[in-house]
Order: sequence, then structure tokens, then C-alpha cells
Amino acid sequence: MISNSLNWLKHNFKKYAIFFALIVIMLVFEILTKGTLFKPRNVTILIYQNSYILISATGMLMCILTGGNIDLSVGSILALVSAMSGLLSVTLGWPVWIAIIVALLAGVLAGVWQGYWIAYQKIPAFIVTLGGMFVFRGINNLILNGKTIGLPETYKIIASKPVPDFVGEITKFSNYELYGKSLVLNGTCIAAGITFAAIFVIATIFNRLNRRRKGYEVSSVGGLITKLVIISVVILFASFWLGSDDGLPIILVILGVLVGFYVFITQRTVMGRHLYALGGNAKAAALSGIKTQRILFLAYANMGFLAAISGIVFAGRLNAASPLAGQGFELDAIAACFIGGASATGGVGTVMGAIIGGFIMGILNNGMSIMSVDVFWQDIIKGLVLLFAVYFDVASKSKSSAK
Amino acid sequence: MSECILEMKNITKTFPGVIALDRVNLDVTKGEIHALVGENGAGKSTLMNVLSGIYPHGTYEGDILYKGEVCSFKSISDSEKMGIAIIHQELALSPFMTIAENIFLGNERQKNGVIDWDETNNKAKEVMARVGLNESYSSLIRDIGVGKQQLVEIAKALAKDCELLILDEPTAALNDEDSDHLLTLLERLNKEQGLSCIIISHKLNEIAKVSDRITIIRDGQMIETLDNVKGGVSEARIIKGMVGRDMVDRFPKRTPNIGEIGFEVENWNVYDPLNEDRKVIDNVSFNLRKGEVVGLAGLMGAGRTELAMSLFGKSYGKKISGKIIKDGQELTLHNVTQAIDNGIAYLTEDRKNAGLVLIQDIKSNTTMANLKALSTNGIVDDQKEINVAEEYREKLSTKCSSIFQLAGNLSGGNQQKVVLSKWLCTEPDVLLLDEPTRGIDVGAKYEIYNIINAIASEGKCVLVISSELPEILGVADRIYIMNEGKLIGETTREDATPEKIMARIIQSANEKE
Repeated sequence: MISNSLNWLKHNFKKYAIFFALIVIMLVFEILTKGTLFKPRNVTILIYQNSYILISATGMLMCILTGGNIDLSVGSILALVSAMSGLLSVTLGWPVWIAIIVALLAGVLAGVWQGYWIAYQKIPAFIVTLGGMFVFRGINNLILNGKTIGLPETYKIIASKPVPDFVGEITKFSNYELYGKSLVLNGTCIAAGITFAAIFVIATIFNRLNRRRKGYEVSSVGGLITKLVIISVVILFASFWLGSDDGLPIILVILGVLVGFYVFITQRTVMGRHLYALGGNAKAAALSGIKTQRILFLAYANMGFLAAISGIVFAGRLNAASPLAGQGFELDAIAACFIGGASATGGVGTVMGAIIGGFIMGILNNGMSIMSVDVFWQDIIKGLVLLFAVYFDVASKSKSSAK
Repeated sequence: MSECILEMKNITKTFPGVIALDRVNLDVTKGEIHALVGENGAGKSTLMNVLSGIYPHGTYEGDILYKGEVCSFKSISDSEKMGIAIIHQELALSPFMTIAENIFLGNERQKNGVIDWDETNNKAKEVMARVGLNESYSSLIRDIGVGKQQLVEIAKALAKDCELLILDEPTAALNDEDSDHLLTLLERLNKEQGLSCIIISHKLNEIAKVSDRITIIRDGQMIETLDNVKGGVSEARIIKGMVGRDMVDRFPKRTPNIGEIGFEVENWNVYDPLNEDRKVIDNVSFNLRKGEVVGLAGLMGAGRTELAMSLFGKSYGKKISGKIIKDGQELTLHNVTQAIDNGIAYLTEDRKNAGLVLIQDIKSNTTMANLKALSTNGIVDDQKEINVAEEYREKLSTKCSSIFQLAGNLSGGNQQKVVLSKWLCTEPDVLLLDEPTRGIDVGAKYEIYNIINAIASEGKCVLVISSELPEILGVADRIYIMNEGKLIGETTREDATPEKIMARIIQSANEKE
């Protein structure tokens, strides 16, 4: 059993290296922060702090997949969208939900604009999005007239509040203590965890039965059970952990849905496969009948959409629309993708990798803040982590190709 | 006989799976023009790359003696220091820099890293006069014609005090006037200044005219060296040396079962996408019968790839006109997707850069062009995909650890099988195969020929483009000959000989003059 696991580890180490790196970094900071990192309160804060970067990173990954193109305008689109929201919901007094939808559309429009120039006019993405960075920042300033506007409460709820607890608190364990606090669980969070785990188990089993019925290859029963048990336990433990604090963050639900959706798109759909083929070899893709321009266009239009969602979330986090919002966020998103194993020349990378990369950045930020490391040192350390993460990736690749 | 400036002794160069050069000897006497001829892929360029240090000392066997000294060049700059300069077919000039800057590129007139512009420009004027280049030294390269660019290359070599100049297909891109000018210049530099030259060319009439001696290479071996000091070596004599080889059993036998015409092209015209006044394909008409393998012969640059790509959903060219008729019905193909949907497949000549996604596995490469058929509502059925990839791996006996092996880790022959799998997976009726065996070893070639035969026997139309004449003669039932964008001949396999085809091409090239 142990040797089996070791074998598995050896085989999959490279594939999951970034995941192990995340765990190591978490453990290191857990020790360095003297146990603060894993506190339920801090875990909840981590989610609130990083959600908008993770959402942007998901979109950025798809731009990078198309061939190492990046989008420099993400922070500006994010700012533009939060300004639009402010304009519509505060200055013009529109209902918040309509204001949000219109602001999201504005973000999509920004993405469509850039996608058009990149895909159909063949202007390098770097230049188009560098231009976009200035243009959208400028529009943001025009709208806000250089001032910060406070936003309605709804934004704040989306960005930094849990799902309302309609199930009710579970006080059964209140005699126990967790980190010196009596253990009261958020019922909705626990219920959501159990439901999610159950859906996951049932869906996996159903999928397996379905595949066997079609005569397809299926994994062994033992492997299946191990996988189901591990993932269920992780889900349940996460819901317990979050439930012992505020509860299930709304933004985590949004993030989960988005990540799930984009993992599916990239891994299971024709469009996703075309995205990888384009980044892997644009010429070969075009000569295989793949509509490469359309794929490129969609990647950037989609980036606009996800930057817009980040914009709403970030506005909620600040509870304001600010002319300075989101400056440099694109660089965090780009770093997340590259730390997560995306190739700077395209065609390699996964959404989950980008998310893990984003978490690594987030934990570095959070952990070092707790330790009160000088902000300037934080930047230096983050930069070095990015460099070395990519160096290890490149080094391991050149080693395997030398064979 | 004067002294040798260069002796290459027993040069052997191998690439994984291929012997590119097999104990080749070449000697060049001081002050001669030595021609190096052979078919595409015979090993001429490899030999020159060994000489100039592109393949550094140690990666080949044998000795290079230059002016009697054994040389071990580690890089081009080593050979340049000794006075050997190579001018490649694709010119190595920087288009946005001036003539003078280009002449001294990498060899700048400088003091402590600061460029001495007066010296640069004066010296440039000097060498430009030596090559008869009538231009201002401050003209940009992109503003002068190809003929003059070629002169700049020679000037650049002279500026390095070159004593042995290697020219790879120097006149391939030139018109006749420029070619003449260039050859006259070479003869003059040779006579007046004692410059030794090695010239590689397909234009045998030029070779016969200017060269003192002619060395023929075939399949990586030196065949013979002909003395042409007094002239008198005929083109036919050279062709015989280039193609005369034993062809027994290099091609699998088959009995073709040829049906009706399945694919027809009428009056096809294509213009250069970068220069819309230049006609690349000139009024080409041809047909392919079902179950027939048709060969398309011609030299590099004859327009064969351009023809095939323009037919394949206009993936090359501008202002395309003409008719494509498949099974009696005219097709209008605006893009590659439409071509694939109409049962046309084009296997590119450059499998690494335009055929495969090297960083993806065999499975993904196999299904790349036909994912739609393996998916429902845009969601890929991964098991179906695996089954299909497995099926073609078996059918084509691709050697790999599994279909999850990366395409980039396969040998050339197996890579080509993956590209073939990709196209067979789209279930085409017409296959345009561009150099299907380029750069793969003899054994793998044989397997590819078997696959081509199997495809044809299923009643599909197959066009094989190849620069290797023996291959065309070995696989094709009927052969079209192409030169400079035109079809210049059609012959059955029975009537065809390498000499006849080569002679037809050379004749057509000469007709221009």
C-alpha cells in the first residue's frame, strides 16, 4: 500500500508539483505565523482577499493559452466596470442589479473591442491591451471625474458576506472550542458542503456506470473509492472550517461556479481543445480547419467578461468605485498563471493551475502580512517566487526533452 | 594543377536514423569555380554546413583541410576568420538597415565598440565597386531588388577578406538578367582576384557554363567529379550522375485499380499574397482518378506546395480563380473547414511547423481536424476519441509507448504517421500529400508508401508531391511535371524516366531565355 502510494506520487509528482508546492508553502506559513494562517477567520479572509484575482487569472489563462499573449488591460477594465456601476447605481439611481448587468456588459464590450483588433486586425495583443490599459483607465476617470464614489450595500454583500444562514446555527458542539472560540456552526454552510459532496459522489458513480454501459474503460473500484473518499472529506472539512466562522462566502460560490465552468470548457469541449491546439501550433491548427481567429477573439472577449466580474467584486470589497481601482491587478493574474504552470509560449496550462498559482500568491501576501514583513520585501519575495517557479518548470522540461 | 585550397576527406554526418553524408570527399583547387550538384536532399547543404561550422567540429567524422591545415570549426565565425564565407539561399540581410550597415553586419568597423561611420561607408563603397553594385551605400536593403541584394551578400563576404565563397542556389530567386550579371561577376572575381567558389545550383545550364569542375552527390555519397575546364560537359551527363541509381525494391508493388475522375481542377490561377502582381500558379488544370496515385514532380519553388495549399480552402494566395470539381460537382471552398467538410485533406510538407502540435499527445493530434465528429453539443467524448486514436495507431502501426506520448518525442516517420492519421480521421476522398516522406529514413518511407497504396486502393484520389524523382516514379501511376507555376508535362509511369523528367524541367527553365 505504501509502496503503491509512493509509486503514484513519483509518477504524478510533476503533474501535481504545483499543488504540492502550495501545500508546502501553506505549511511553512502555518508555522511562521504561529498557527494564524489556518484559523477559520483567516481562511475566510484569504478567500475574500483573492477572489477577484482568481477570477481574472481564469480569464488570463485562456489568453495565455492562445500563444503566450497576455492582457494588460485587466486592471483598467476592472476599474471601468466599477466606475460604470457607481455611475448607474449611485449617480443615476438605477436598481443595483440592472446597474451590475449593464456594467458587466460594458466589460464584455471592452473585451470584444480588444478581441476584434487582436484577432481580426492582427495587432499584437501586447499593444492592443497596452492601449486598452490607458483607454479604459481614462474612461474610468471621465466617469468618476477623478473622485471616489461610495456604493450601495449590495456590492459589499457580494464581495465579503456569507450566504445568509437560512438553515440556522448548529449549537450542538458549542461545548467544544476551536482556537479558543466556542464551536458554533453555520447550518447553511454545512448543509451546502454535505449537498455538494453528495452530488459529487452521485455524479461520479453515475458517470462511471454510464461509461461502463457504453463499454468504455473505467478506473478500478478501489481507486474510485479512494478518490471519492478523499474529495468528499476535503469538501466536508472545508465546509466545517468555513462554517465555524462566518459561513459560506457568496463569492466562493461564484468563484466555484466560474472555475467549474471554465475547467469544463477547457478540458471537455471542442472549443477548449481548439484553444490548446491554437497555442500549441497556430499554423497546424489553421491547416486543420480550426477557426483560429475566432478562438483568439473569444479568449479576449471572455477576458473582458471575467475582468468585469472581478470589477464588481472588487468594487464591493472597497465598497466604492475608485479611479485607482485595480492598478497592477493584471500582473498578479499573469503571475498566477505562470506560477501555475502555464507556458509563456502558449498551449500549456490549466485553469486549476492558475487558481493554485493565484492561491500561492495570495498566501504569500497574507502570510507575510501576518508576519508584518515589510511591504517592499513582500514584493521582492513574490517576484523571486515567480521567477523560480517558471525556472523549475523550464528546467524540468529541458531535462526531459534532452533525453 | 595548382594547389588545393580546400580538401574535405571522408566526411560522414549522421542524424538520428539517417546517414546524411557517407564518406564524402571534396577538393577545391585555388582559384577555381567548383560546382556541387545533386537532387534535393542529396546532402549538398549538409556538406556545406559541415564546412562552414554550422555543424561544429565533433558532430561529424572526417577531416577538413583548408590551405593544408586541419581545421576544427566550432561555429560560423571560426570558418569566417579563416576566409570561408557562405551565402545561403535565403538571404541573411536585415531589411531595414542600409547597404553599408549590412555589409559590415557582425564585422563592424569600430573602435572600442564605437562604430566608425566614415570608415564603414568608405569601405562599403570600395567593396560595392568590386561587385559592381550601383547604389548608394545608404539605401535600405528592402528598397533594392533581389538581384542587388545578392550582390550585397557577396560584398559582405568580400568585406571579410573571404578567399573561398560558397553560394547556395544563388540564382534561384533571380530573373535571367540578374542571374547573368551575377555569374559574370563571379567569373570576373574568380579570374581577376583569384577568388575560389563553390556553387550549388539546380540550373545545370549555368553550372555547365561557369564551373571548372563539377562534383555530383547522390544519397549522401560522392558519385564523381567531372572536369569542365575546357567546357564540354553536357547537362545530360550531369543529370545521369544525379539520378542514376538502383531503384529495386525501394517501393512496394501494387496493382492499381483506377476508376473514374474524382477530382478535377480547371484553369487554376493564384497570385502571391505578398506581391499581388506576381502570378504563382499559372492556369493549371489537372485531374485525379479514384484509386490512382498521381505524382507532381518539380524542383523546389516550382509552385507545387502553393498549388496544393491554394486548393485546400485557399490557405495560400490571393486573387485565386479557377474551378474545383469533385465527383462532377463544382466546389467553392473559402476556408480550410469547408475543404475538410468536402472531403479534401492536405498533408503539409513541414510536419513540425505546420502539421503537428508537438507539445500535445498523439491522441489530440490525431483528432485535431475532426473533433466535431467526436463530440455532442460541443462536448468531446473522450473515450470515443481514445478509441479513434487507438484505431489509427494500429492501422498505421505507429510505434509509440501509447497514444498519450507527445508527438514531439516521436521519430520523423512516426510523426508523419500521426499526421496521416489526422487526415484519415477526417475521412477524406481526396488527399494532397506534400512531401510525405521528407526527412525520414528508408524503412519508414517504405511504410508510408504502403499506407499511400492502401489509401488509393480504397478508391480515394491521391496526389503525391515530391522533390525526389525516384519516389515519384516509384509510387505514382501518372505524373504531372511542374515548373515555375505552370504544368509543363504529363506522363504515365511506364513512359517516365528520371532523365526525361529532369530534362523536361531544365528545358522549360531554359525556354524562358
